[in-house]
Amino acid sequence: MAGTWVFVDQRDGNIRKVTYEMLAEAKKFGGEVAAVVFGKGVEGLAGEFAKYGADKVYVADDDIFAAYNTGAYVAQMVAMIKEYSPNAVLFGHTMNGRDMASRLAQKLDAGMATDAIAAEISDGKAVFTRAIYAGKALAKVEVTGSPIVATIRAGVWEVVESAGAGEVVKVAVAATAADVYQVAKDFVPTVSARPELTEAAVVVSGGRGCKGPEGIKVVEELADLLGAALGGSRASIDSGWLGHELQVGQTGKVVCPGLYIACGISGAIQHLAGMSSSKFIAAVNTDTEAPIFNVADFGVVGDLFKVVPLLCTELKK
Amino acid sequence: MKVLVCVKQTFDTEAKIELKDGKINDAGINLIINPYDEVAVEGAIQLKEKGIATEVVIVSAGADKAMDAIRTALAMGADRGILVKQDSAADEYARAVALADAIKKENPDLILAGHVAADDGSSQVPTRIAEILGLPHVNVITSIEIAGGKATCTSEADGGTAVTEVSIPAVISSQVSWNEPRYPSMKGIMQAKKKPVATVDAIAVENKVKVLEFALPAGKTAGIKIEEDPDVAAAQMADWMKNTVKVEVK
Repeated sequence: MAGTWVFVDQRDGNIRKVTYEMLAEAKKFGGEVAAVVFGKGVEGLAGEFAKYGADKVYVADDDIFAAYNTGAYVAQMVAMIKEYSPNAVLFGHTMNGRDMASRLAQKLDAGMATDAIAAEISDGKAVFTRAIYAGKALAKVEVTGSPIVATIRAGVWEVVESAGAGEVVKVAVAATAADVYQVAKDFVPTVSARPELTEAAVVVSGGRGCKGPEGIKVVEELADLLGAALGGSRASIDSGWLGHELQVGQTGKVVCPGLYIACGISGAIQHLAGMSSSKFIAAVNTDTEAPIFNVADFGVVGDLFKVVPLLCTELKK
Repeated sequence: MKVLVCVKQTFDTEAKIELKDGKINDAGINLIINPYDEVAVEGAIQLKEKGIATEVVIVSAGADKAMDAIRTALAMGADRGILVKQDSAADEYARAVALADAIKKENPDLILAGHVAADDGSSQVPTRIAEILGLPHVNVITSIEIAGGKATCTSEADGGTAVTEVSIPAVISSQVSWNEPRYPSMKGIMQAKKKPVATVDAIAVENKVKVLEFALPAGKTAGIKIEEDPDVAAAQMADWMKNTVKVEVK
Protein backbone atom coordinates (compact mmCIF):
# COMPACT_ATOMS: atom_id res chain seq x y z
CA MET A 1 0.00 0.00 0.00
CA ALA A 2 1.30 3.36 -1.02
CA GLY A 3 0.71 5.27 2.18
CA THR A 4 -1.32 8.40 2.75
CA TRP A 5 -2.13 11.06 0.19
CA VAL A 6 -2.89 14.61 1.18
CA PHE A 7 -4.78 16.60 -1.40
CA VAL A 8 -3.35 20.10 -1.66
CA ASP A 9 -6.03 22.72 -1.15
CA GLN A 10 -4.92 25.77 -3.09
CA ARG A 11 -6.18 28.59 -5.25
CA ASP A 12 -3.79 30.53 -7.45
CA GLY A 13 -0.87 29.01 -5.56
CA ASN A 14 -2.15 30.06 -2.13
CA ILE A 15 -2.05 26.88 -0.09
CA ARG A 16 -4.44 26.46 2.79
CA LYS A 17 -2.83 25.70 6.11
CA VAL A 18 -4.86 22.53 6.63
CA THR A 19 -2.75 20.95 3.86
CA TYR A 20 0.40 21.24 6.01
CA GLU A 21 -1.48 20.09 9.09
CA MET A 22 -2.49 16.90 7.29
CA LEU A 23 1.02 16.28 5.92
CA ALA A 24 2.47 16.45 9.42
CA GLU A 25 -0.16 14.15 10.93
CA ALA A 26 -0.01 11.68 8.03
CA LYS A 27 3.53 10.75 9.15
CA LYS A 28 1.98 9.04 12.17
CA PHE A 29 0.04 6.57 10.07
CA GLY A 30 3.20 4.95 8.72
CA GLY A 31 4.12 4.39 5.10
CA GLU A 32 4.81 6.99 2.51
CA VAL A 33 3.29 10.47 2.74
CA ALA A 34 2.48 12.18 -0.53
CA ALA A 35 1.09 15.57 -1.42
CA VAL A 36 -1.17 15.61 -4.47
CA VAL A 37 -1.48 18.92 -6.25
CA PHE A 38 -3.67 19.78 -9.25
CA GLY A 39 -3.55 23.11 -11.03
CA LYS A 40 -1.93 25.14 -13.75
CA GLY A 41 1.66 26.24 -13.17
CA VAL A 42 1.76 24.53 -9.78
CA GLU A 43 4.97 22.57 -10.20
CA GLY A 44 6.85 25.30 -8.38
CA LEU A 45 4.84 24.57 -5.26
CA ALA A 46 6.27 21.07 -4.92
CA GLY A 47 9.24 22.15 -2.78
CA GLU A 48 6.85 23.52 -0.15
CA PHE A 49 5.53 20.08 0.70
CA ALA A 50 8.93 18.47 1.16
CA LYS A 51 9.49 20.91 4.05
CA TYR A 52 6.53 19.44 5.86
CA GLY A 53 7.43 15.82 5.36
CA ALA A 54 6.09 14.84 1.95
CA ASP A 55 8.07 11.88 0.59
CA LYS A 56 6.46 12.33 -2.80
CA VAL A 57 4.64 15.12 -4.56
CA TYR A 58 2.27 14.08 -7.33
CA VAL A 59 1.69 16.95 -9.73
CA ALA A 60 -1.04 17.12 -12.35
CA ASP A 61 -0.40 20.37 -14.19
CA ASP A 62 -2.78 21.34 -16.97
CA ASP A 63 -5.15 24.08 -18.14
CA ILE A 64 -8.07 21.84 -17.25
CA PHE A 65 -7.09 22.16 -13.57
CA ALA A 66 -6.52 25.94 -13.64
CA ALA A 67 -9.62 26.55 -11.53
CA TYR A 68 -11.16 23.99 -9.22
CA ASN A 69 -13.92 22.03 -10.90
CA THR A 70 -15.33 18.88 -9.41
CA GLY A 71 -15.63 16.81 -12.57
CA ALA A 72 -12.07 17.12 -13.85
CA TYR A 73 -10.49 16.93 -10.39
CA VAL A 74 -12.40 13.78 -9.43
CA ALA A 75 -11.69 12.10 -12.80
CA GLN A 76 -7.98 12.80 -12.35
CA MET A 77 -7.98 11.52 -8.79
CA VAL A 78 -9.81 8.33 -9.73
CA ALA A 79 -7.24 7.60 -12.46
CA MET A 80 -4.36 8.21 -10.07
CA ILE A 81 -5.87 6.05 -7.35
CA LYS A 82 -6.15 3.25 -9.88
CA GLU A 83 -2.53 3.60 -10.86
CA TYR A 84 -0.87 4.15 -7.48
CA SER A 85 -3.28 2.53 -4.96
CA PRO A 86 -2.86 4.84 -1.96
CA ASN A 87 -4.10 3.50 1.35
CA ALA A 88 -5.86 6.77 2.26
CA VAL A 89 -6.69 10.08 0.58
CA LEU A 90 -7.21 13.02 2.91
CA PHE A 91 -8.78 16.36 2.08
CA GLY A 92 -9.16 19.52 4.14
CA HIS A 93 -12.76 20.06 5.19
CA THR A 94 -12.95 23.21 3.09
CA MET A 95 -15.67 24.04 0.59
CA ASN A 96 -13.65 22.46 -2.23
CA GLY A 97 -12.35 19.58 -0.11
CA ARG A 98 -15.74 18.35 0.97
CA ASP A 99 -17.17 18.86 -2.52
CA MET A 100 -14.45 16.82 -4.20
CA ALA A 101 -14.24 14.13 -1.51
CA SER A 102 -18.01 13.51 -1.53
CA ARG A 103 -18.15 13.02 -5.28
CA LEU A 104 -14.99 10.90 -5.20
CA ALA A 105 -16.27 8.67 -2.39
CA GLN A 106 -19.52 8.01 -4.24
CA LYS A 107 -17.67 7.30 -7.49
CA LEU A 108 -15.59 4.75 -5.57
CA ASP A 109 -18.80 3.40 -4.00
CA ALA A 110 -17.15 4.04 -0.64
CA GLY A 111 -18.02 5.35 2.77
CA MET A 112 -16.33 8.46 4.06
CA ALA A 113 -15.81 10.47 7.22
CA THR A 114 -16.13 14.22 6.77
CA ASP A 115 -14.92 16.98 9.09
CA ALA A 116 -12.90 14.54 11.18
CA ILE A 117 -11.06 15.91 14.22
CA ALA A 118 -8.91 12.84 14.87
CA ALA A 119 -7.78 9.83 12.86
CA GLU A 120 -6.10 6.48 13.30
CA ILE A 121 -5.36 5.00 9.91
CA SER A 122 -4.01 1.53 9.23
CA ASP A 123 -4.06 -0.69 6.15
CA GLY A 124 -7.50 -0.56 4.56
CA LYS A 125 -9.16 0.56 7.76
CA ALA A 126 -9.46 3.78 9.73
CA VAL A 127 -11.16 5.11 12.81
CA PHE A 128 -12.12 8.77 12.73
CA THR A 129 -13.51 10.96 15.45
CA ARG A 130 -16.19 13.32 14.19
CA ALA A 131 -17.85 16.17 15.99
CA ILE A 132 -21.60 15.83 15.48
CA TYR A 133 -24.34 18.29 16.42
CA ALA A 134 -21.66 20.91 15.74
CA GLY A 135 -19.52 19.58 18.56
CA LYS A 136 -22.19 18.90 21.16
CA ALA A 137 -21.35 15.21 20.78
CA LEU A 138 -18.57 13.09 19.32
CA ALA A 139 -18.85 9.99 17.17
CA LYS A 140 -16.09 7.48 16.56
CA VAL A 141 -16.61 5.89 13.17
CA GLU A 142 -14.90 3.09 11.32
CA VAL A 143 -14.34 3.48 7.62
CA THR A 144 -13.04 0.66 5.50
CA GLY A 145 -12.08 0.96 1.88
CA SER A 146 -9.41 1.12 -0.68
CA PRO A 147 -8.55 3.89 -0.45
CA ILE A 148 -9.97 5.40 2.72
CA VAL A 149 -11.40 8.86 2.01
CA ALA A 150 -11.91 11.57 4.60
CA THR A 151 -12.00 15.33 5.10
CA ILE A 152 -10.19 16.82 8.07
CA ARG A 153 -11.14 19.92 10.02
CA ALA A 154 -8.66 22.79 9.82
CA GLY A 155 -6.77 23.64 12.99
CA VAL A 156 -7.02 20.33 14.84
CA TRP A 157 -3.53 19.16 13.91
CA GLU A 158 -0.27 21.04 14.32
CA VAL A 159 1.90 22.13 11.45
CA VAL A 160 5.30 20.52 12.01
CA GLU A 161 8.28 21.13 9.77
CA SER A 162 10.15 17.94 8.95
CA ALA A 163 12.15 17.30 5.84
CA GLY A 164 10.82 14.75 3.38
CA ALA A 165 12.35 13.63 0.11
CA GLY A 166 9.68 15.50 -1.82
CA GLU A 167 10.30 13.50 -4.98
CA VAL A 168 8.22 15.11 -7.72
CA VAL A 169 6.12 12.75 -9.80
CA LYS A 170 4.54 14.37 -12.82
CA VAL A 171 1.43 12.41 -13.59
CA ALA A 172 -0.33 12.04 -16.91
CA VAL A 173 -3.45 14.13 -17.30
CA ALA A 174 -6.39 11.77 -17.30
CA ALA A 175 -9.23 14.31 -17.06
CA THR A 176 -10.79 15.42 -20.33
CA ALA A 177 -13.15 18.24 -21.32
CA ALA A 178 -15.99 15.71 -21.18
CA ASP A 179 -15.47 15.42 -17.40
CA VAL A 180 -16.18 19.11 -16.82
CA TYR A 181 -19.81 19.92 -15.99
CA GLN A 182 -19.39 23.18 -14.08
CA VAL A 183 -18.51 26.37 -15.93
CA ALA A 184 -16.72 28.87 -13.71
CA LYS A 185 -18.19 32.26 -14.67
CA ASP A 186 -16.68 34.44 -11.99
CA PHE A 187 -14.76 34.44 -8.74
CA VAL A 188 -14.71 37.42 -6.44
CA PRO A 189 -12.14 37.07 -3.67
CA THR A 190 -13.13 38.28 -0.25
CA VAL A 191 -11.32 41.56 0.24
CA SER A 192 -10.15 41.48 3.82
CA ALA A 193 -6.86 42.10 5.49
CA ARG A 194 -7.98 39.68 8.20
CA PRO A 195 -7.33 35.95 8.20
CA GLU A 196 -10.16 33.57 7.45
CA LEU A 197 -12.29 32.39 10.37
CA THR A 198 -11.47 28.70 10.16
CA GLU A 199 -7.72 29.25 9.74
CA ALA A 200 -7.06 32.04 12.24
CA ALA A 201 -4.99 31.60 15.39
CA VAL A 202 -7.16 34.18 17.17
CA VAL A 203 -10.86 34.89 16.58
CA VAL A 204 -12.66 37.92 18.01
CA SER A 205 -16.45 37.76 17.81
CA GLY A 206 -19.21 40.24 18.44
CA GLY A 207 -22.79 39.46 19.43
CA ARG A 208 -26.04 41.09 20.46
CA GLY A 209 -24.20 43.19 23.04
CA CYS A 210 -22.57 45.15 20.21
CA LYS A 211 -25.98 46.77 19.73
CA GLY A 212 -25.15 47.78 16.15
CA PRO A 213 -22.38 48.48 13.63
CA GLU A 214 -20.68 50.88 16.05
CA GLY A 215 -20.23 48.03 18.55
CA ILE A 216 -18.84 45.82 15.79
CA LYS A 217 -16.26 48.56 15.11
CA VAL A 218 -15.07 48.31 18.70
CA VAL A 219 -14.66 44.55 18.30
CA GLU A 220 -12.93 44.97 14.92
CA GLU A 221 -10.34 47.23 16.50
CA LEU A 222 -9.38 44.47 18.94
CA ALA A 223 -9.36 41.89 16.14
CA ASP A 224 -6.98 43.97 14.04
CA LEU A 225 -4.69 44.63 16.98
CA LEU A 226 -4.31 40.87 17.38
CA GLY A 227 -4.22 40.05 13.66
CA ALA A 228 -7.34 38.03 14.36
CA ALA A 229 -10.29 36.89 12.30
CA LEU A 230 -13.62 38.58 12.93
CA GLY A 231 -16.66 36.48 13.74
CA GLY A 232 -20.13 36.91 15.11
CA SER A 233 -22.98 35.15 16.86
CA ARG A 234 -26.30 34.57 15.14
CA ALA A 235 -27.72 37.77 16.67
CA SER A 236 -25.21 40.01 14.90
CA ILE A 237 -25.62 38.15 11.61
CA ASP A 238 -29.44 38.18 11.74
CA SER A 239 -29.33 41.91 12.53
CA GLY A 240 -27.25 42.44 9.40
CA TRP A 241 -24.17 43.81 11.20
CA LEU A 242 -21.99 41.03 9.78
CA GLY A 243 -22.24 38.73 6.75
CA HIS A 244 -23.29 35.13 7.21
CA GLU A 245 -19.85 33.86 6.23
CA LEU A 246 -18.67 35.23 9.59
CA GLN A 247 -21.22 33.36 11.70
CA VAL A 248 -19.79 31.06 14.35
CA GLY A 249 -22.12 28.32 15.56
CA GLN A 250 -24.21 25.37 14.55
CA THR A 251 -25.65 27.03 11.43
CA GLY A 252 -22.39 28.82 10.72
CA LYS A 253 -18.76 27.85 11.06
CA VAL A 254 -17.10 25.71 13.68
CA VAL A 255 -13.79 27.21 14.75
CA CYS A 256 -11.00 26.01 17.01
CA PRO A 257 -8.44 28.83 17.29
CA GLY A 258 -5.83 29.20 19.98
CA LEU A 259 -7.81 32.07 21.47
CA TYR A 260 -11.48 32.96 21.03
CA ILE A 261 -12.69 36.26 22.42
CA ALA A 262 -16.47 36.60 22.71
CA CYS A 263 -17.65 40.17 23.05
CA GLY A 264 -21.27 40.78 23.96
CA ILE A 265 -22.16 37.15 23.27
CA SER A 266 -24.34 35.45 25.85
CA GLY A 267 -23.40 31.94 24.70
CA ALA A 268 -26.53 30.30 23.33
CA ILE A 269 -26.02 26.57 22.96
CA GLN A 270 -25.86 26.82 19.17
CA HIS A 271 -23.03 29.38 19.43
CA LEU A 272 -21.11 27.40 22.06
CA ALA A 273 -21.23 24.43 19.69
CA GLY A 274 -19.20 26.41 17.18
CA MET A 275 -16.39 27.63 19.41
CA SER A 276 -16.07 25.68 22.64
CA SER A 277 -13.22 23.54 21.33
CA SER A 278 -11.02 26.67 21.15
CA LYS A 279 -7.84 26.32 23.20
CA PHE A 280 -8.46 29.45 25.25
CA ILE A 281 -11.74 31.35 25.54
CA ALA A 282 -12.20 34.87 26.86
CA ALA A 283 -15.51 36.66 27.24
CA VAL A 284 -16.74 40.17 27.92
CA ASN A 285 -20.42 40.41 28.79
CA THR A 286 -22.60 42.63 30.98
CA ASP A 287 -24.70 39.71 32.26
CA THR A 288 -22.91 37.85 35.03
CA GLU A 289 -25.26 34.87 34.47
CA ALA A 290 -24.46 34.57 30.76
CA PRO A 291 -23.68 30.92 29.82
CA ILE A 292 -20.57 32.04 27.93
CA PHE A 293 -18.87 32.39 31.34
CA ASN A 294 -19.32 28.64 31.91
CA VAL A 295 -16.82 27.92 29.14
CA ALA A 296 -14.62 31.01 29.43
CA ASP A 297 -11.09 30.65 30.78
CA PHE A 298 -11.13 34.37 31.42
CA GLY A 299 -14.40 36.26 31.82
CA VAL A 300 -15.00 39.94 32.38
CA VAL A 301 -18.41 41.02 33.61
CA GLY A 302 -18.63 44.43 32.03
CA ASP A 303 -19.64 46.63 29.15
CA LEU A 304 -17.71 45.81 25.97
CA PHE A 305 -17.93 49.47 24.89
CA LYS A 306 -15.82 50.35 27.92
CA VAL A 307 -13.70 47.24 28.46
CA VAL A 308 -12.63 46.45 24.87
CA PRO A 309 -11.13 49.88 24.00
CA LEU A 310 -9.28 49.88 27.36
CA LEU A 311 -8.09 46.36 26.64
CA CYS A 312 -6.67 47.57 23.31
CA THR A 313 -4.82 50.34 25.12
CA GLU A 314 -3.42 47.87 27.65
CA LEU A 315 -2.34 45.41 24.96
CA LYS A 316 -0.45 48.13 23.12
CA LYS A 317 1.60 48.91 26.23
CA MET B 1 -40.30 22.77 -14.36
CA LYS B 2 -40.48 20.27 -11.53
CA VAL B 3 -38.34 21.07 -8.49
CA LEU B 4 -37.62 18.43 -5.91
CA VAL B 5 -36.30 19.32 -2.46
CA CYS B 6 -34.61 16.85 -0.12
CA VAL B 7 -35.27 17.58 3.52
CA LYS B 8 -33.93 15.90 6.62
CA GLN B 9 -35.58 16.06 9.98
CA THR B 10 -33.04 17.11 12.61
CA PHE B 11 -32.87 18.13 16.24
CA ASP B 12 -33.61 21.75 17.01
CA THR B 13 -30.25 23.57 16.98
CA GLU B 14 -30.94 24.76 20.53
CA ALA B 15 -31.27 21.16 21.74
CA LYS B 16 -28.94 19.89 24.42
CA ILE B 17 -27.43 16.53 23.49
CA GLU B 18 -27.41 13.68 25.98
CA LEU B 19 -26.56 10.02 25.72
CA LYS B 20 -28.75 7.12 26.73
CA ASP B 21 -27.43 3.54 26.59
CA GLY B 22 -24.51 4.78 24.54
CA LYS B 23 -26.72 6.38 21.89
CA ILE B 24 -27.88 9.94 21.25
CA ASN B 25 -31.05 10.39 23.31
CA ASP B 26 -33.87 11.84 21.22
CA ALA B 27 -36.50 11.76 23.96
CA GLY B 28 -38.20 15.10 24.41
CA ILE B 29 -36.18 16.76 21.64
CA ASN B 30 -37.96 19.25 19.42
CA LEU B 31 -37.54 18.14 15.81
CA ILE B 32 -37.28 20.59 12.93
CA ILE B 33 -36.45 20.65 9.23
CA ASN B 34 -32.67 20.88 8.94
CA PRO B 35 -32.20 24.69 8.69
CA TYR B 36 -30.13 24.36 5.50
CA ASP B 37 -32.87 22.27 3.87
CA GLU B 38 -35.53 24.72 5.02
CA VAL B 39 -33.74 27.37 2.96
CA ALA B 40 -33.84 25.03 -0.04
CA VAL B 41 -37.62 24.60 0.44
CA GLU B 42 -38.03 28.38 0.54
CA GLY B 43 -35.87 28.73 -2.57
CA ALA B 44 -38.05 26.21 -4.43
CA ILE B 45 -41.26 27.97 -3.39
CA GLN B 46 -39.84 31.29 -4.57
CA LEU B 47 -39.02 29.71 -7.94
CA LYS B 48 -42.66 28.66 -8.14
CA GLU B 49 -43.87 32.13 -7.21
CA LYS B 50 -41.70 33.57 -9.98
CA GLY B 51 -43.37 31.21 -12.45
CA ILE B 52 -40.15 29.26 -13.05
CA ALA B 53 -41.15 26.12 -11.16
CA THR B 54 -44.52 24.51 -11.73
CA GLU B 55 -44.37 21.92 -8.98
CA VAL B 56 -42.40 21.57 -5.75
CA VAL B 57 -42.00 18.02 -4.42
CA ILE B 58 -40.53 17.30 -0.98
CA VAL B 59 -38.61 14.09 -0.36
CA SER B 60 -37.39 12.97 3.04
CA ALA B 61 -35.63 9.75 3.99
CA GLY B 62 -36.19 8.80 7.59
CA ALA B 63 -38.45 7.31 10.22
CA ASP B 64 -42.25 7.81 10.29
CA LYS B 65 -41.91 10.99 12.31
CA ALA B 66 -40.07 12.63 9.37
CA MET B 67 -43.61 13.06 8.03
CA ASP B 68 -43.82 16.15 10.27
CA ALA B 69 -40.91 17.74 8.42
CA ILE B 70 -42.62 17.02 5.09
CA ARG B 71 -45.90 18.52 6.35
CA THR B 72 -44.07 21.64 7.49
CA ALA B 73 -42.56 22.07 4.02
CA LEU B 74 -46.00 21.52 2.48
CA ALA B 75 -47.42 24.16 4.84
CA MET B 76 -44.76 26.57 3.59
CA GLY B 77 -46.12 26.06 0.07
CA ALA B 78 -44.70 22.87 -1.46
CA ASP B 79 -47.17 20.76 -3.45
CA ARG B 80 -46.68 17.17 -2.39
CA GLY B 81 -44.34 14.88 -0.52
CA ILE B 82 -42.61 11.53 -0.55
CA LEU B 83 -41.47 9.81 2.63
CA VAL B 84 -38.76 7.26 1.99
CA LYS B 85 -38.93 5.07 5.06
CA GLN B 86 -35.45 4.37 6.30
CA ASP B 87 -33.77 3.48 9.56
CA SER B 88 -32.44 6.56 11.32
CA ALA B 89 -29.02 4.87 11.57
CA ALA B 90 -28.55 5.00 7.78
CA ASP B 91 -25.21 6.56 6.84
CA GLU B 92 -24.60 9.18 4.15
CA TYR B 93 -24.12 6.54 1.48
CA ALA B 94 -27.33 4.67 2.32
CA ARG B 95 -29.27 7.95 2.52
CA ALA B 96 -28.00 9.10 -0.84
CA VAL B 97 -28.83 5.76 -2.47
CA ALA B 98 -32.37 5.83 -1.05
CA LEU B 99 -33.00 9.45 -2.00
CA ALA B 100 -31.50 9.07 -5.48
CA ASP B 101 -33.80 6.14 -6.16
CA ALA B 102 -36.88 8.16 -5.21
CA ILE B 103 -35.64 11.16 -7.19
CA LYS B 104 -35.02 9.09 -10.32
CA LYS B 105 -38.64 7.97 -10.39
CA GLU B 106 -39.78 11.62 -10.19
CA ASN B 107 -37.45 12.79 -12.97
CA PRO B 108 -37.25 16.40 -11.72
CA ASP B 109 -35.63 19.32 -13.56
CA LEU B 110 -33.92 20.59 -10.46
CA ILE B 111 -32.97 18.96 -7.16
CA LEU B 112 -32.37 21.18 -4.15
CA ALA B 113 -31.07 20.32 -0.67
CA GLY B 114 -29.20 21.96 2.18
CA HIS B 115 -25.42 21.69 1.79
CA VAL B 116 -25.03 20.15 5.22
CA ALA B 117 -27.24 18.72 7.96
CA ALA B 118 -27.13 20.40 11.35
CA ASP B 119 -27.02 17.01 13.09
CA ASP B 120 -24.30 14.85 11.50
CA GLY B 121 -22.58 17.78 9.77
CA SER B 122 -21.43 15.53 6.94
CA SER B 123 -22.11 17.62 3.80
CA GLN B 124 -22.01 14.51 1.63
CA VAL B 125 -25.52 13.57 0.59
CA PRO B 126 -26.37 16.15 -2.13
CA THR B 127 -23.08 15.55 -3.94
CA ARG B 128 -23.43 11.78 -3.63
CA ILE B 129 -26.96 12.00 -5.10
CA ALA B 130 -25.58 13.95 -8.07
CA GLU B 131 -22.93 11.32 -8.67
CA ILE B 132 -25.43 8.45 -8.45
CA LEU B 133 -27.76 10.18 -10.92
CA GLY B 134 -24.89 11.29 -13.16
CA LEU B 135 -25.92 14.94 -12.81
CA PRO B 136 -23.91 18.13 -12.38
CA HIS B 137 -23.96 19.76 -8.95
CA VAL B 138 -23.11 23.04 -7.28
CA ASN B 139 -22.75 23.31 -3.52
CA VAL B 140 -23.32 26.05 -0.92
CA ILE B 141 -25.27 28.47 -3.10
CA THR B 142 -26.52 31.86 -1.99
CA SER B 143 -28.56 32.63 -5.12
CA ILE B 144 -29.70 30.97 -8.34
CA GLU B 145 -30.89 32.06 -11.76
CA ILE B 146 -32.59 29.58 -14.07
CA ALA B 147 -32.75 30.32 -17.79
CA GLY B 148 -32.31 28.47 -21.07
CA GLY B 149 -31.81 25.06 -19.51
CA LYS B 150 -29.03 26.34 -17.27
CA ALA B 151 -28.69 27.20 -13.61
CA THR B 152 -26.31 30.02 -12.74
CA CYS B 153 -25.39 29.79 -9.09
CA THR B 154 -23.58 32.16 -6.78
CA SER B 155 -21.94 30.22 -4.01
CA GLU B 156 -19.80 30.63 -0.93
CA ALA B 157 -16.32 29.43 -1.89
CA ASP B 158 -13.02 29.21 -0.03
CA GLY B 159 -11.77 32.78 0.16
CA GLY B 160 -14.48 34.35 -1.92
CA THR B 161 -17.67 34.08 -3.91
CA ALA B 162 -17.94 31.92 -7.01
CA VAL B 163 -20.40 32.07 -9.88
CA THR B 164 -20.88 28.71 -11.57
CA GLU B 165 -23.08 27.63 -14.43
CA VAL B 166 -24.40 24.10 -14.88
CA SER B 167 -26.95 22.57 -17.19
CA ILE B 168 -30.13 21.27 -15.60
CA PRO B 169 -31.23 18.81 -14.32
CA ALA B 170 -28.69 19.38 -11.58
CA VAL B 171 -28.33 18.96 -7.84
CA ILE B 172 -27.92 22.31 -6.08
CA SER B 173 -27.21 22.65 -2.36
CA SER B 174 -28.03 25.74 -0.35
CA GLN B 175 -26.25 27.88 2.19
CA VAL B 176 -28.50 29.40 4.89
CA SER B 177 -27.78 32.92 3.66
CA TRP B 178 -29.66 32.23 0.39
CA ASN B 179 -33.00 33.41 1.78
CA GLU B 180 -35.15 33.81 4.86
CA PRO B 181 -37.55 30.85 5.09
CA ARG B 182 -41.17 31.85 5.69
CA TYR B 183 -43.24 30.68 8.60
CA PRO B 184 -46.15 28.54 7.46
CA SER B 185 -49.44 30.48 7.62
CA MET B 186 -52.49 29.04 9.37
CA LYS B 187 -54.05 28.60 5.94
CA GLY B 188 -50.91 26.85 4.72
CA ILE B 189 -50.98 24.46 7.67
CA MET B 190 -54.63 23.60 6.99
CA GLN B 191 -53.94 23.05 3.28
CA ALA B 192 -50.87 20.93 4.02
CA LYS B 193 -53.03 18.33 5.75
CA LYS B 194 -54.82 17.65 2.46
CA LYS B 195 -51.73 17.60 0.24
CA PRO B 196 -50.67 14.13 -0.96
CA VAL B 197 -47.70 12.41 0.64
CA ALA B 198 -46.61 9.04 -0.75
CA THR B 199 -44.75 6.57 1.44
CA VAL B 200 -42.18 4.21 -0.02
CA ASP B 201 -39.59 1.89 1.50
CA ALA B 202 -35.92 2.72 1.06
CA ILE B 203 -33.72 0.47 -1.04
CA ALA B 204 -32.00 -1.84 1.42
CA VAL B 205 -28.27 -1.19 1.31
CA GLU B 206 -25.66 -1.74 3.96
CA ASN B 207 -24.05 1.23 5.63
CA LYS B 208 -20.44 1.84 4.61
CA VAL B 209 -19.51 3.65 7.80
CA LYS B 210 -19.78 1.94 11.15
CA VAL B 211 -20.37 3.99 14.28
CA LEU B 212 -18.21 2.55 17.05
CA GLU B 213 -19.21 4.86 19.83
CA PHE B 214 -20.85 8.12 20.77
CA ALA B 215 -19.42 10.34 23.47
CA LEU B 216 -19.93 13.77 24.92
CA PRO B 217 -16.98 16.15 24.68
CA ALA B 218 -15.10 16.85 27.88
CA GLY B 219 -16.99 19.92 29.00
CA LYS B 220 -15.00 23.10 29.30
CA THR B 221 -15.09 24.41 32.80
CA ALA B 222 -15.44 27.99 33.88
CA GLY B 223 -12.15 29.70 34.64
CA ILE B 224 -11.55 33.13 36.09
CA LYS B 225 -14.47 35.56 36.15
CA ILE B 226 -13.87 39.10 37.29
CA GLU B 227 -16.25 41.94 38.04
CA GLU B 228 -14.08 45.04 38.33
CA ASP B 229 -14.01 48.61 37.07
CA PRO B 230 -13.43 48.59 33.30
CA ASP B 231 -9.83 49.83 33.52
CA VAL B 232 -8.88 47.22 36.14
CA ALA B 233 -10.69 44.46 34.24
CA ALA B 234 -9.02 45.45 30.96
CA ALA B 235 -5.57 45.45 32.58
CA GLN B 236 -6.10 41.99 34.09
CA MET B 237 -7.44 40.60 30.84
CA ALA B 238 -4.48 42.04 28.89
CA ASP B 239 -2.15 40.48 31.43
CA TRP B 240 -3.83 37.07 31.03
CA MET B 241 -3.69 37.32 27.25
CA LYS B 242 0.00 38.23 27.24
CA ASN B 243 1.22 35.84 29.93
CA THR B 244 -1.09 32.84 29.81
CA VAL B 245 -2.26 32.75 26.20
CA LYS B 246 0.90 34.48 24.95
CA VAL B 247 -0.80 36.43 22.19
CA GLU B 248 1.15 38.56 19.77
CA VAL B 249 0.09 42.17 19.44
CA LYS B 250 0.47 43.70 15.99
